[in-house]
Amino acid sequence: MSLLEIRGLTAAYGDFQALYGIDLKVEEGETVAIIGANGAGKTTLLRAIAGLLRTPPDCIRFDGAPIGSLAPSRIVRRGIALVPEGRRLFPSLTVEENLRMGAQSGRGGPWTLSRLYGLFPALAARRRAAATALSGGEQQMAAIGRALMANPRLLLCDEISLGLAPRVIRDVYAALPGIRAEGTTVLIVEQDTSRALAEADRVYCLQEGRVTLEGAPAALTRERIRLAYFGL
Amino acid sequence: MAWLNIIVQGALLGGLYALFAAGLSLMFGVMRLVNIAHGDLIVLSAYCALVIVQATGMHPLASLVLVVPLMFAFGYGLQRGLLNFTLSGGILPPLLVTFGLSVIIQNGLLEAFSADSRRLQAGALETASLRLGDQLAIGWLPAIVFIVAVAVIALLEQLLYRTALGRAFRAVSDDADTAQLSGVEIRHVFALATALALAVVSLAGVLLAIRTNFDPSIGPARLLYAFEAVIIGGLGSLWGTLAGGVLLGIAQSLGAALDPGWEILAGHIVFLLVLLLRPRGLFPKQAE
Amino acid sequence: MLRTGAYRIDRSTRASRVALAVAAVIVAALLSLPLWGDSGDMRLAVEIFYYLALAQAWNLLAGYTGLVSVGQQAYVGLGGYGFFALTVLLGIAPLPAIALAGIAAAVIALPTAFVVFRLRGAYFAIGSWVVGEVFRLLLALVKPLGGGTGMSLPVAVVLSLAPSRAARDVVVYYLGLALGAGAVSLVFLWLRSRQGLALTAIRDSERAAASVGVDNRRTKLAVHIIAAGIAGLVGALAFLEKLRISPDAAFSVGDWTANVIFIVVIGGIGSIEGPILGTIVFFGLRALLVDYGAWYLITLGALAVAVMLLAPQGLWGLLARAFGWQFFPVQRRLRLLDLRQAPPKPSEAPIEAAHRED
Ligand SMILES: Nc1ncnc2c1ncn2[C@@H]1O[C@H](COP(=O)(O)OP(=O)(O)OP(=O)(O)O)[C@@H](O)[C@H]1O
Ligand SMILES: [Mg+2]
Repeated sequence: MSLLEIRGLTAAYGDFQALYGIDLKVEEGETVAIIGANGAGKTTLLRAIAGLLRTPPDCIRFDGAPIGSLAPSRIVRRGIALVPEGRRLFPSLTVEENLRMGAQSGRGGPWTLSRLYGLFPALAARRRAAATALSGGEQQMAAIGRALMANPRLLLCDEISLGLAPRVIRDVYAALPGIRAEGTTVLIVEQDTSRALAEADRVYCLQEGRVTLEGAPAALTRERIRLAYFGL
Repeated sequence: MAWLNIIVQGALLGGLYALFAAGLSLMFGVMRLVNIAHGDLIVLSAYCALVIVQATGMHPLASLVLVVPLMFAFGYGLQRGLLNFTLSGGILPPLLVTFGLSVIIQNGLLEAFSADSRRLQAGALETASLRLGDQLAIGWLPAIVFIVAVAVIALLEQLLYRTALGRAFRAVSDDADTAQLSGVEIRHVFALATALALAVVSLAGVLLAIRTNFDPSIGPARLLYAFEAVIIGGLGSLWGTLAGGVLLGIAQSLGAALDPGWEILAGHIVFLLVLLLRPRGLFPKQAE
Repeated sequence: MLRTGAYRIDRSTRASRVALAVAAVIVAALLSLPLWGDSGDMRLAVEIFYYLALAQAWNLLAGYTGLVSVGQQAYVGLGGYGFFALTVLLGIAPLPAIALAGIAAAVIALPTAFVVFRLRGAYFAIGSWVVGEVFRLLLALVKPLGGGTGMSLPVAVVLSLAPSRAARDVVVYYLGLALGAGAVSLVFLWLRSRQGLALTAIRDSERAAASVGVDNRRTKLAVHIIAAGIAGLVGALAFLEKLRISPDAAFSVGDWTANVIFIVVIGGIGSIEGPILGTIVFFGLRALLVDYGAWYLITLGALAVAVMLLAPQGLWGLLARAFGWQFFPVQRRLRLLDLRQAPPKPSEAPIEAAHRED
């Protein structure tokens, strides 16, 4: 049984359909990447998994149980945490308050404030600062930290490299091995294809709301990826 | 000295207005919901106390032990059973539903209690005062109301900035979707915000009913005072709201000293002037 | 996106042509009402016309521009007091005084807009209410107009309108009919005009409207002023009919705004038909519940709450959806005459995007 299993998932914003029958599987312990052009539906897919979009109940199974109709707060409790696109820290909370919000779901596990500060020492120094006062990289770390505080079994990361300098992107991604080492399964969305191929055990490519390619990085040629990515 | 007395009385009255305003401010702050029925809920709690006092012979202040939890529970139910359903479709549903609620409460009270003016009798407390000079005397009751207002605002500040619930309130207010992703049950948190707001409202309602006469129609005016205190003080700042209430009280009391017809008008005019000259209020929150 | 040149823009619908015929019959019946109805019928009809006019105006405000005003009583009251001041203090004849009172209310709406437009959304609602209260309290201070207790319209003024009570009823009736029909026509023609397109755009999305060059602020100001003018005319006529005015009656939020809000919400916000249907429902319910005192308003409030939650487009919205009705053709429908082109990719917006259903 896969940890996450999605079958024929559709999703829409009002009368605009964004996902057309997505099939996707994530095994426990794996790292899976989703790539795709702007507007392909990557964020929509993660938001649907996290429960922010209305989806048919049976389309999404987590650890064998259907979660498609659960509220986001219930889904976190089951063990799926999302690092949202654009970080979305709470601007009127301090860094530490933002992290503590992540623990709201009450799941126990390896991640505590002190372990997080070990993972991201930059945050420890700025724990009392307003979230808005952080640099882009620190904000991204705080957003990842907030999600980890829920001690998820599956961590969803939406473009954690967005708008960051290459050196900072390296720092942010440097945290992934430590997270995986705790047995956390990771599903990342990444526009940077080579980064995605380097990090992931398997890759899915989305295009206009459909899966156009799936496979282990070693098995995929550049040509096939380009075709799946752009459709030409 | 006579002027000083007028200003002091006005400032004390402002404490009551700040209490009216705190609940309105809390609901708006957490869920951007402007509750048009706010004033009518104040009046509803006054009648609630009236019924309890008449049934048990309790002192009105003692009735708070029942009225506050009742209104807390009512607020929780109101939010979960009704108001939560208004929050996803733009500005019209919350406004119009609370407007409808306002009319329902007013007319329900009218049907149940008639239009007669009532008052909660608090015995000696109503008239006792502390004489501070020839022309200056502070009534115990207004002083108690003011102290309660300050205490409530201090407690709300503590709650907002020192507790997990307060943190959740602020997070939900910033970004409800992301708060849900963190595991916040927003429907429950919203309901707690309304419950808390109505607990404060009930306190305000009982104190109002001891201070002055009330009847089913006086709710909307209390809504307006609460709203004016919030805007004068500046959005998002509870201490600012206290200052706004005090300023409003002083304006009304000075207006009344000029001519009884100017009492309420003077308050409204101060509000409109603040809106014109300092649209963000006198003590706006630093951020944003 | 639509590359085809083969399309046609329609405005009228079958239902709207039928409606036109029905409307002609109704207008004929209303025009002849003084011939077959008694003075009670006429009074009721006049009241219906006021509410129809106020409802159309409020719908324009709240339904199209998002200005949810709880302060329309300000302009009703100003119109009423304007009429009394013009006739009693300045000796102006009643008919021109009614028109001038409406204009005066519209003019006063300009400076008040300057203040209340600083507030948005729900805050605008309460701010406009404060303005209504300010005018009520101010007028209570004006001694020549009776102060807080108000005043009656002097007999001389009443007689200068019409020599007998029966004749007065007929004059007031036609003025009311003109006002009700005028308000509906005005809103209809406005929504059909270019500016009406702007209004509908703002209703659907304020941000999007601004991004395609609609001047939201000017449009809102125009709607605010027109709505005040209509309210002013209603006030002038209403208090001419009542022969008596007082601050509490003239600036009553319950009479002049709450009822109107209920009418529009129940009938259907954001359409012309909604307020008409709402007015009919309102007076129907009132006739049914006339003996139940406050229960009438409780029912009305509960109905409005239920409609807002369960069918936000109102009763008219339900009917329009169920039967595809549209009596006032203000929409432009894009009809594609040649659909042999490749079917649109599912990722493209549906073709009816140019046409809003609800
Ligand atoms: N709130 C929304 N309302 C309407 N349409 C939306 C909304 N959010 C996204 N869309 C549309 O849904 C489609 C998929 O968007 P999505 O954000 O999932 O893409 P993405 O793959 O994450 O793109 P990006 O790489 O730019 O983040 C796009 O066409 C987008 O315009
Ligand atoms: Mg995205």
